[in-house]
Amino acid sequence: MARVVVDVMLKPEILDPQGQAVQRALPRLGFEGISDVRQGKRFELEVDGPVDEAALARIHDLAESFLANTVIEDFTVKVEEGAEVEEAAK
Amino acid sequence: MTARIGVVTFPGSLDDRDTQRAIRLAGAEPVALWHKDKDLRQVDAVVLPGGFSYGDYLRAGAISRFSPVMDTVIEQAKAGLPVLGICNGFQVLTEAHLLPGAMLGNDHLHFICRDQKLRVENAETAWTGDYRRGQEIHIPLKNMDGRYVADPYTLDKLEAEGRVVFRYVDFNPNGSLNDIAGVTNEAGNVVGLMPHPEHAVEPLIGSGRTDGLPFFTSILKKLVNA
Repeated sequence: MARVVVDVMLKPEILDPQGQAVQRALPRLGFEGISDVRQGKRFELEVDGPVDEAALARIHDLAESFLANTVIEDFTVKVEEGAEVEEAAK
Repeated sequence: MTARIGVVTFPGSLDDRDTQRAIRLAGAEPVALWHKDKDLRQVDAVVLPGGFSYGDYLRAGAISRFSPVMDTVIEQAKAGLPVLGICNGFQVLTEAHLLPGAMLGNDHLHFICRDQKLRVENAETAWTGDYRRGQEIHIPLKNMDGRYVADPYTLDKLEAEGRVVFRYVDFNPNGSLNDIAGVTNEAGNVVGLMPHPEHAVEPLIGSGRTDGLPFFTSILKKLVNA
């Protein structure tokens, strides 16, 4: 088993009021010096079998058509290094 | 013979019954459609009602868009079937890319519920023929994810082609770009809007206005005269 991580973020030009609300709360909590916060989504996909080029291409399609709405969001697909090692160590 | 107008029920739909009632009051025959059923039962038009289908998980409308019924709705809408998306239904239509743009959370982060003044900008769609261009109407608005966004190119194109169907007047309740409350596709058979016309069809209920009824009489006339 290997893990593939899909990160989805609103495009930079899209207003993110949730991120702004988080950012505005920071000074009250004693965190200074953070000028902007943007909030996104992270999907962790546990993949059966090898994560080869074909599997990654399928996950890319899945991210593009479903996990992200590319009208408003960008996404990245990453294979999580060491995921297999972690599994073995359990 | 009257027109048969389908209303889809998704898990989490809230306003399917109200929509059926509005269709009946307008003089058409409502037909219940089920999200798992690809069969549209030979209806003449379809309404996707408001609610929180599939709990709005992932994004509002994102999961409903892949339901079996939507395969047929998408295919037939592209062939000219009139489709109206109200609130959550509008979100489903943008997720299905039958309408341009996307819906995001209200800019103030609160759920909103109010009588909203709108201006009719396009009275030539399948669903707005009984309005006049420039007419101002009051329709209840209730949503969490009502902020309409589209890239500048798409916005310019919508404005140039008269495809903004409704605009918020006096007050922008959710941060929608260009005060957009509803849009249509190029052919004018698919319309989506955030406010709820099905809640403004009887004098006894709500604000006492029936400003929403023309949606349902418009489509009936269009279908019967076709």
